[in-house]
Amino acid sequence: MNAPFHLTRMMAADTTSTDTPLVIANVSRRKFLQASALGGLVLAVGLPASLRAEGPPKYGADGMPHGWIDSPLVFVAIGEDGIVSIVCHRSEMGQGVRTGMPMIVADELEADWSRVRVVQATGDEARFGNQDTDGSRSTRHFFMPMRRCGAAARQMLEAAAAASWKVPVGEVQAKNSEVVHTSTGRRLGYGALAKAAASMPLPVSDSIRLKDPSQFRYIGTGKLKLLDAQDIATGNAQYGMDTRLPGMLYAVVARPQVYGGKVVSYDPAAALKVSGVVRVVQIDATPGAPQFNPLGGVAVIARNTWAAMQGRNALKIVWDDGPNASYDSVAYKATLEEAARKPGKVVRDDGNFTTAAASAAKRITAEYYLPHLAHASMEPPAASARIADGKCEVWGCFQSPQAARDLVAKRLEMPVENVTVNVTLLGGGFGRKSKPDYGIEAAVLSKAMDGKPVKVVWTRDDDLHNDYFHTVSVEHMEAGVDAKGLPVAWLHRSVAPTIVSTFDAEAKQEANWELGMGVINVPFAIPNIRIENPEAIAHTRIGWFRSVSNIPHAFAVQSFVAELAAAAGRDPKDFLLEVIGPARVVNPQMLADTWNHGESPERYPVDTGRLRGVAELAAKEAGWGRTMPKGSGLGIAAHYSFVSYVAAVVEVVVNAKGEVTIPRVDIAIDCGATVNPDRVRAQMQGACVMGVSAATLGEISFKGGRAQQDNFHQYEVTRMPGAPREIRVHIVPGDYSKPLGGVGEPGVPPVPPALCNAIFVATGKRIRQLPIRDQLKA
Amino acid sequence: MTKLNINGKPYDIDLPADTPLLWVLRDELGFTGTKFGCGMALCGACTVHIDGQPGRACVTPISSLANKKVVTIEAIGADKVGKAVQTAWIDMGVPQCGYCQAGQIMSATALLKQKPKPTDADIEAAMAGNICRCGTYGRIRAAIKQAAGEKGATA
Repeated sequence: MNAPFHLTRMMAADTTSTDTPLVIANVSRRKFLQASALGGLVLAVGLPASLRAEGPPKYGADGMPHGWIDSPLVFVAIGEDGIVSIVCHRSEMGQGVRTGMPMIVADELEADWSRVRVVQATGDEARFGNQDTDGSRSTRHFFMPMRRCGAAARQMLEAAAAASWKVPVGEVQAKNSEVVHTSTGRRLGYGALAKAAASMPLPVSDSIRLKDPSQFRYIGTGKLKLLDAQDIATGNAQYGMDTRLPGMLYAVVARPQVYGGKVVSYDPAAALKVSGVVRVVQIDATPGAPQFNPLGGVAVIARNTWAAMQGRNALKIVWDDGPNASYDSVAYKATLEEAARKPGKVVRDDGNFTTAAASAAKRITAEYYLPHLAHASMEPPAASARIADGKCEVWGCFQSPQAARDLVAKRLEMPVENVTVNVTLLGGGFGRKSKPDYGIEAAVLSKAMDGKPVKVVWTRDDDLHNDYFHTVSVEHMEAGVDAKGLPVAWLHRSVAPTIVSTFDAEAKQEANWELGMGVINVPFAIPNIRIENPEAIAHTRIGWFRSVSNIPHAFAVQSFVAELAAAAGRDPKDFLLEVIGPARVVNPQMLADTWNHGESPERYPVDTGRLRGVAELAAKEAGWGRTMPKGSGLGIAAHYSFVSYVAAVVEVVVNAKGEVTIPRVDIAIDCGATVNPDRVRAQMQGACVMGVSAATLGEISFKGGRAQQDNFHQYEVTRMPGAPREIRVHIVPGDYSKPLGGVGEPGVPPVPPALCNAIFVATGKRIRQLPIRDQLKA
Repeated sequence: MTKLNINGKPYDIDLPADTPLLWVLRDELGFTGTKFGCGMALCGACTVHIDGQPGRACVTPISSLANKKVVTIEAIGADKVGKAVQTAWIDMGVPQCGYCQAGQIMSATALLKQKPKPTDADIEAAMAGNICRCGTYGRIRAAIKQAAGEKGATA
């Protein structure tokens, strides 16, 4: 086989080259990005520029570190055999991005999908644009850059064919990996054209001709199979856990079980006697807030994972548990409740809640509690590293490979360009794997072993004890309602330790991007709204969990609306629509939301018509209003997050023993136009199961500063019998000329409140504290 | 030295007899398709077939495998039922992240070899030990039915 000849002079994913690729990029943006890259604030990872930088706000992909790149010289390589290699620069964790992203390029490129190969990018954002696969951003930020990338490559191939036939370029057309001269029927394959195309000028941005969406070959059709399905089904897919290198050693780490704990002393003697154990190494804790750094501890390095695990069991370690040794979830819940019952920092104040509530016909109050959750991706964190000739190469399941690269370089005191981070498939991510602490551990341990390859394996108890946990929260709701039972005054006090505490130990308030997840930006037609955020102190490591603060916020808001409906004796769906109010387009800044998921308030306003639309669609498809047998019921919830609109109607059956089963969920999403509708359906189906899991079973509790759950017998997650028996997904058709919304996360938030609202209809019992567990048991 | 038979081939393993099969497969022999998820037989990611029965490799010491035949995900496609299950998994677009799916496919194959036309209750009973955190259960159920030759199975 011929070696591929690339449109660019190097293989796109080969970062060992020192060549600088040509890129199409806006100069002022790149200047900004260089400046921000020097800032070194780890908090910057994953946060939009509008929160990090002075000057005019930047939105969407422009606002992310390293922005976007759309050059085919970076993303496309065509071999003389006609094989088109397309780089996927985002991480695959089950959302289907390795199918979706290259599909966009291939469509505009008119590439025959059966001759497309996907190459996973290493962590190199200066080259590929932002790679932090988080925040339901991949498709919405890179749909247009990837289209331009594919179209530019197509135009270069067309130009090469036209030149070879000496005809005007307007007479030729690319189609399914060939360029055709329309009038004569002459054709040249992409392989034959690759070399000549590479020397054609790169089309400047205003000369790029995008397809009309009616001509899309793959986008929106749902015809393509999942790229990695064959490898997955045959056991050949490679995850972070699966890296194997010659001479590799295996490590497990005993980490502090209490947040902020430290090793006082340790005795490795018994561990070193375990067959296969090679060495015991201390990993220093990082001073200050944990950020994405290792927690420190004692590592046991062995010839295989089992020996390392046995060695760790034999370690004798004296710990200083530090200031969080008294963290206790029962006591902390009371602390949060106390805070929630007193005024806190006012973060939105429309009208006058106090006077409106005082003169209301009736006042209604409720509080909702959601405990810590662990991500518990089926693949626990794992990474491998080796060091040679002053360079470190890392392999792992990273959502943010650039963060892994930067932090490994910093920890090893090595120039960033000497660190290569290879991205494997992720066996689930859900936000956990956007924090690459395990990659840094691997690099530290490889260094301790003179550069030998070392794989760090997190066991399930490591994963559950030392997660970046979903926060714990009390949501205090008060409403004053009029004579018809409609709210005229709305108070929401949200109290939860903030993710910011992971970066700044002093942080006690929710950030605007946490409040902007469905508490501050409720788009309700209520004249008097006050949102408050009392302080909360974090006693464990808090982080992003799929859909983040939207989970507790939507649970409280959508449960409370149903409670108000019940108090008014109204149908919950009709009442919800009335609270949302008539269809209107609202600037999120009018809702005191300065964040708006990092998107422009003009391009992405809050459209209550779309929120109403999904609620009405889900209700209609679910047969809302149908007669239900005793002990069963339908519940509805609708929520706006990640600039998409999702509503769920859950059908529930509660038997005489109080056991819950879910025959059916109807979930409707309006995320704008879709690239891969089958994966949108899959994400909604998965979100329903994750939402059910959080609502019915999920809880990490602390005692003596330690997470009490060791494995799946204690941290239960939904299995097949507890999952909805049928999940019907309804996708609102979209328009490719309009901005796209997120898909990976927004399905989760409406599910727990819809489920609890259904349980109320079925049983008359209102669930205000998750998980449900035995609350309904007779 | 422990003698193992994996996917029809003999291996001599020089590791302590209590070493679980999972780590021998993954670290020693390179059969990384069998996954580590919990280490306590709670999640099913490490499911293999031991003399045709589904077993959890993470709690199966190699000392217990004398004269037994182990089949992993890498070889299950050589079996007619295993191949049908893999094909249904791909057709139905079952996997999301895919990490648990080797174990799911091994459990589903064992079920169909025992009960070629399983009921919903049979499927739930056989698959309840396999966790999928991405929540692909509906498609797993549909793919099992498709592999069983049921017409019109949908995800």
